[in-house]
Amino acid sequence: MSSLVQSVDWLAVAPPVIAAVVALVVLVADLFLEDSRKSLLGWVSVAGLAASALMLLPLVDGDRSTFCLTGHADVCSYTADRFTLIIQLLVLGGALLAALLSVTALGSTDRGLPEGEFWFLLLSSAAGAALLPASRDLATLVVALEVASLPAFALVGLRHGDRKSSEAALKFFLSSVTATAVSLMGISFVYASTGTLYLTQVADRIAGVDGQLHTLAQTGVVLTLVGFAFKTAAVPFHFWVPDTYVGAPLPIAAYLSVVGKAVGFSGLILVTVVALPSYADVWGPALAALAALTMTVGNVGALRQQATRAYSAVRLLAWSSVGQAGYLLVPVAAAAYSDDAQRSIGSTVAYALMYGAVNLGAFAVAALVGRTRTLNRVADYRGLYASNPLTALLLAFFLLCLAGLPPGIIGLFAKVTVFSAAVDAGLGWLAVVMAVNVVIALFYYLQWTALLFRVPEGSPDRHRAPAPLTAAIALTAVAGVVLSGAPQLVLRFADTGLF
Amino acid sequence: MIDINESVMQFLLAFVVVGPLLGAAAALLPAPPGLKGKSPGQAVLRHGVTVTGAVLAAAIVLALGFDHDQPSKMQATTDISWIPALDVRIHLGIDGISLPLLVLTALLTFLCALYSYFKMPAGPSPKAFVALLLVLESGTLATFAVLDLLLFFLAFETVLIPMYFLIARWGGEDRSRAAWKFILYTLLGSVVMLLGLLLIGIRAGTFDMVALATDNGRSLTTSVQVIAVLAIGIGLAVKTPMWPLHSWLPDAHTAAPTVGSVLLAGVLLKMGTYGFVRILLPVAPDGFRTFAPCLAAFAVVGIIYGSLACLALAKQGAKGDLKRLIAYSSVGHMGFVLLGIATMTPTGVNGALFANIAHGLITGLLFFLVGGVKDRTGTTDLDTLAEETGAALYGKAPRLGGLLAFAAVASLGLPGLAGFWGEMLALFGAFEPAADLSRPAFLTFMAIAAFGTLLTAAYMLIVVRRVCMGAAPQEAPKLTDVRTYEFAAWTPLVALTVVAGLWPRALLGLTDPAVQQLLAGGTR
Repeated sequence: MSSLVQSVDWLAVAPPVIAAVVALVVLVADLFLEDSRKSLLGWVSVAGLAASALMLLPLVDGDRSTFCLTGHADVCSYTADRFTLIIQLLVLGGALLAALLSVTALGSTDRGLPEGEFWFLLLSSAAGAALLPASRDLATLVVALEVASLPAFALVGLRHGDRKSSEAALKFFLSSVTATAVSLMGISFVYASTGTLYLTQVADRIAGVDGQLHTLAQTGVVLTLVGFAFKTAAVPFHFWVPDTYVGAPLPIAAYLSVVGKAVGFSGLILVTVVALPSYADVWGPALAALAALTMTVGNVGALRQQATRAYSAVRLLAWSSVGQAGYLLVPVAAAAYSDDAQRSIGSTVAYALMYGAVNLGAFAVAALVGRTRTLNRVADYRGLYASNPLTALLLAFFLLCLAGLPPGIIGLFAKVTVFSAAVDAGLGWLAVVMAVNVVIALFYYLQWTALLFRVPEGSPDRHRAPAPLTAAIALTAVAGVVLSGAPQLVLRFADTGLF
Repeated sequence: MIDINESVMQFLLAFVVVGPLLGAAAALLPAPPGLKGKSPGQAVLRHGVTVTGAVLAAAIVLALGFDHDQPSKMQATTDISWIPALDVRIHLGIDGISLPLLVLTALLTFLCALYSYFKMPAGPSPKAFVALLLVLESGTLATFAVLDLLLFFLAFETVLIPMYFLIARWGGEDRSRAAWKFILYTLLGSVVMLLGLLLIGIRAGTFDMVALATDNGRSLTTSVQVIAVLAIGIGLAVKTPMWPLHSWLPDAHTAAPTVGSVLLAGVLLKMGTYGFVRILLPVAPDGFRTFAPCLAAFAVVGIIYGSLACLALAKQGAKGDLKRLIAYSSVGHMGFVLLGIATMTPTGVNGALFANIAHGLITGLLFFLVGGVKDRTGTTDLDTLAEETGAALYGKAPRLGGLLAFAAVASLGLPGLAGFWGEMLALFGAFEPAADLSRPAFLTFMAIAAFGTLLTAAYMLIVVRRVCMGAAPQEAPKLTDVRTYEFAAWTPLVALTVVAGLWPRALLGLTDPAVQQLLAGGTR
């Protein structure tokens, strides 16, 4: 009789495990460290995230699976294939950059952020986010999703005594929990009709569900999708985004904008393309409509931001991230119509990598500017070029990448892959909607960019940027510039099988 | 003409495209010791002249090394894979169609750099100005040199940001709104164009223009061609600009600084018409045939509309702005170019390409001259300039007045000057359009367009009368006549206008074989 104990491939699960272990270490160490040496915790966390990102390297050469059913070696809960590794790289890299931003944010003592808890929560969330793309059964998927998002609520509300912060956390929490409950219910329906939680088995069995259970299965599919749509901040589940971003500490906003999105998208991709390909005629049109709505609402929201309002820079990035979520949804929707779903998914992944790098870069510059201009209004960026030429050029580069115009070549080609996925799938109307949105988005990105080079009001205040912040900006800048020269580095994912 | 090694030619073409980009990056860095010049501003402006000069030299050598016996053959080609995932290749090459435009761009940018070295437009630091000018040059040259649809799109988009900043930062009155109008119109057009390009690339399985042109639309169904031509055509028509998508142009020209206007009219507009000839004609002939009568109709309306707008602006008391007037005249001239292309005949397309170059030379010169007038009198408003009797430029600054009159008559298409041949050939083409186009319709278009030339002559002569002639009051201060650097910047344009007018074969000999080949099924 074969053993009932599943074998564990520790190397394959190393990236999320290391993040989780370091999280616990930090939490315990916090109890024994004096106040003056608490900054050590930050560096331990940064090192932990870097280590878990490095552990992706040995996994590159081939697909590994673990937690497989004894007896069915091909039915596994955890798979480290190319898709997993790329999303894990995005998630861990994003968390690492957010951590670098936080080191300085926590360093300035007046913010009142408890260090130990902060790092613990950030690392736990990162661990969950890294687990999610690897999970191949619905239970692991939901667990990973919750591990990723529950600490995020706490992070958003962590600023003690800040009303806006707690309000944002509450909004985020309530809407998220509702969505989770909905998707859990959906998953239970799917389980009831197919008798399995493994994604590949769901895919096989759901097409042949007993006629009586047909409605149940359909309801289950819809409810599951609704839950995952929330995580991507797709319309109509987007309303929490701007308030949350403004209320949260800036590095956390950066983290949510990239890692939060990556989590939502990888979940959505796994549920739609891997588990429910036979329901493509249901989720395809739904996602296409969602994509069109999301990008329009996000971009119009960003367009309406007034440059002089408090926190308008963060608010603008928040709304624009909703818009970008819409672009990310386009290839997922196209996967429903296309003969080669993997290619479409690759476009989303490539776009997400580009977006991750440049959006974090923009947030890093916002964090730098926010150190002297605490209100972080868009108007505060006026004349940045005069006081800080390199930072201004980089922010301009990041914004133009997001807009998708040269010199942001990678942004342009990432948009081209998304467009081509849509055109290839015959979603011409969606491509046209996206084209209009690209123009709307250009307006506010370019307005901000132009502001950087205006004559500054008052005397420019120069001061040295702290090392971790410089490192974060430099990392994202190098990524953006290298990718602009060699877009193939990320775009090749749009050309090969990921699963 | 002279025999140059193929790999040297390849290098030259690559240098022409990449050189300005490197120059732009270098312009942002502090000047190295020994090249500091009198001031940082002067050093960087000199850097601009050097780089554009080097690019012009390279372009001229390219033109000399070009095998003039086989202008229909792609020469100096480079073909390297860049983004295999999207099937984007760095495919460069020139033939008889792109070579003249390449040289024109290099020449006009050099002249602009030279002009700005002595007469920097009012605005922030020259450093950014030079960098943007060079990026603009790189984007335009790349548009004419690339042979890959997506690379063409990239080059097409590259010019947007520099031109936006040139207008918004160094422009005149109302520049911010004009710059926005320019970039939003063009971007909206070009994203629609991207969709069309993708449709062609995906359905035909390649983005390579040479392969697509050789295929001559055989692997594309007619419906795909129709949709693609519509999408790409809109993008190109905004850039050209075709009536009724032209309304960004007058504002942009009025607000732009002199060199911005020169480049905008001289080369940026050509990117649109070049796209029509290089992409739409050979790649999707069936789709193009469907829209050819519409295109011709819009072109003819543009000719009449542009001329009438100019007439209205030139009228006394209309508060017409000279720059705006020349911008509207561009709408008319580009109408002839589009009419020529729409005929789908070698005669018409050759005429269109000739008119392209002629318009670049003449309108570039006109904008330079109007810029000169503005420097001296402080205004481009016709009524302020002319007052009651006329500005009497002949009396106050005879050489400037003479040049202005020369450019104006060249623009109205006086035989013997460059403006004549292109428009005449375009009309000839319309007289006998391609076999499956409706001849009566094109005959009508031809008649209306011919009437347009009369209107053009009318408003140009009114402008000459009001600006150059008039009674010069005795006590009126004399204006500075043409300065040396202005002579240096303008003479090449004057000379080329005369040469192209007297010896059109030089240009037609280049374009004609290439056009014949293109219409018959691609380049070799």
